[in-house]
Amino acid sequence: MSTGKSAFVFSEDFTRYKFTEEHPFNPQRLLMTVDLIKELGLLDASHLVQPVPATEEDLLRVHDARYLEAVRRASLEGADPDHFAAWGLGTEDTPIFPGMHDASAMICGGTKLAAELVMSGQVQHALNLAGGLHHAHRSKASGFCVYNDIAVAIAHVREKYNARVVYIDTDAHHGDGVQWLFYEDPDVLTISIHETGKYLYPGTGELTERGEGRGYGYSLNVPLEAFTEDDSWMQAVRNVLVPVLTAFQPDLIVHQNGCDAHRFDPLTHLAATTRIYRDMPKLTHQLAHELCEGRWVGIGGGGYDIWRVVPRAWTMLWAEIVDSPLPADVPSNWLARWQAQAPVDLPTTFLDPADLFTPIPRRTEITEKNEITVRRALKGTPFLF
Amino acid sequence: MLVETIMTRDVLTVATGATVRDAYEITKKHRIRHLPVVTAGKLVGLISDRDLRDAAHSPDTPVEQWMKQDVITCHPLDFVEDTASTIYKNRVGCLPVISKGQLVGIVSERDILHNLVEMMGVHAPTSRVEVELPDKPGMLAEIADLLRARRINASTVMVFPSTTEGCKTIVFRIGTMDPRRFIQDIQNAGYRVVQHPSALDEGEV
Repeated sequence: MSTGKSAFVFSEDFTRYKFTEEHPFNPQRLLMTVDLIKELGLLDASHLVQPVPATEEDLLRVHDARYLEAVRRASLEGADPDHFAAWGLGTEDTPIFPGMHDASAMICGGTKLAAELVMSGQVQHALNLAGGLHHAHRSKASGFCVYNDIAVAIAHVREKYNARVVYIDTDAHHGDGVQWLFYEDPDVLTISIHETGKYLYPGTGELTERGEGRGYGYSLNVPLEAFTEDDSWMQAVRNVLVPVLTAFQPDLIVHQNGCDAHRFDPLTHLAATTRIYRDMPKLTHQLAHELCEGRWVGIGGGGYDIWRVVPRAWTMLWAEIVDSPLPADVPSNWLARWQAQAPVDLPTTFLDPADLFTPIPRRTEITEKNEITVRRALKGTPFLF
Repeated sequence: MLVETIMTRDVLTVATGATVRDAYEITKKHRIRHLPVVTAGKLVGLISDRDLRDAAHSPDTPVEQWMKQDVITCHPLDFVEDTASTIYKNRVGCLPVISKGQLVGIVSERDILHNLVEMMGVHAPTSRVEVELPDKPGMLAEIADLLRARRINASTVMVFPSTTEGCKTIVFRIGTMDPRRFIQDIQNAGYRVVQHPSALDEGEV
């Protein structure tokens, strides 16, 4: 597979997007991941690109002006959290913190830059691991997300390049914010593969959410059962992405790589291993080359086991982007640096050992249910037929 | 919630003297199952798709000959739940809504089902937590206090009978992506979180 130049968008400022010390969304995962990638020698100066904050104009393409104003006020030292409840801010999920606007705008700028670099042809693939804040709505923060960097980037390439964009979301949670922001747009196909909302936040992402008006059919949801394991997950991903992307013929693929479908993740109830975080980027990579001259933007997302899952998963993602084989083992230097602070034993191999977890007892039923869900999702996608 | 908020106001009707064929055409065209029969805005009967099937062999007869005359009706200010109960107990498919002697609307099984779907559905981003609680006063307040302490907003709350004797099941949809501490709070208070995958052994769902 021919691979051109790739960009890794990163700034230390990304770590300022931090709510509280105990909050599950912890930017330390970015530092650990970058450190692991560097330890493997996969990141050099030619890859690294510094972002600039998204402009007011960028943010206004997807957010309400009054909401931006509220976020700015909430970002001031000493702001009262109780004043911002109507905007979804000041809650236990999305507390306010000084500098919130700047930190959020920087992440948006990062994802926009990644998309711009790819669309302008300067690089073939680009990654912003700080991005992926897919729950943010037009005028409401939700689920740890203040501004929707993904929507900012997509709206930018829609306006500047009139590109047809496919957005793939394989976070364990439904990609609701991005879906609703482009719900009526037939040129932005959103595909979210996630744990069913029966119990899990945000509760939406039903098969019946298909888009509206001219955008009907251009929102696709695949709600999978709790306790879904690798094989069933990958089967669903493959059986949806291959036919749907082939029929849609995108100009750009944007893939949100939340890695909270792992069995270790404390917030979700799926039962995958790191194998899916090797196999999903491989598939996206292949489809990008087959369908749109390699134009592929990768972004981060959820991932709440920051010790045992996120660094390995996202290192595998970057390794796929730069087309570099990974060793089987996690470098011992990296383990030595981080193990001391870790409350758990850090895994020593990139792929989880086959016998790490006991098989889920109801695997057959779960697999069958997921197959039916995939069939129904495809059946309701009019442009396939 | 009142009937007037969920009823269909632009009611399709037939006048006395209309034929079975006329009525059938209307039900077919608008995909409805019931047609009130009226004279000067006053309800005189109701004809259903089933009545019309029985009358199919005589399409030119007047609807009065086939319609039901003792129609159960309701009022715009009735509660939706009472209307649901009336529809269920009397095994009817709809209730014409009558105010000051005039037909002002109609409520069908479908309207009520839709209303229920709305009430139980997901409108705001939320997680679902189901708790089994003793059936005694103050329990809802106790759980609500836990939510308040965590600054979590409840989007919907439903109380159901439980399969466990002496208990009620309360289902909360709450505005948080991380319900772990709330679930822990409930368990620390000595109550049982049911159905939630994190409260189950792996794969038993």
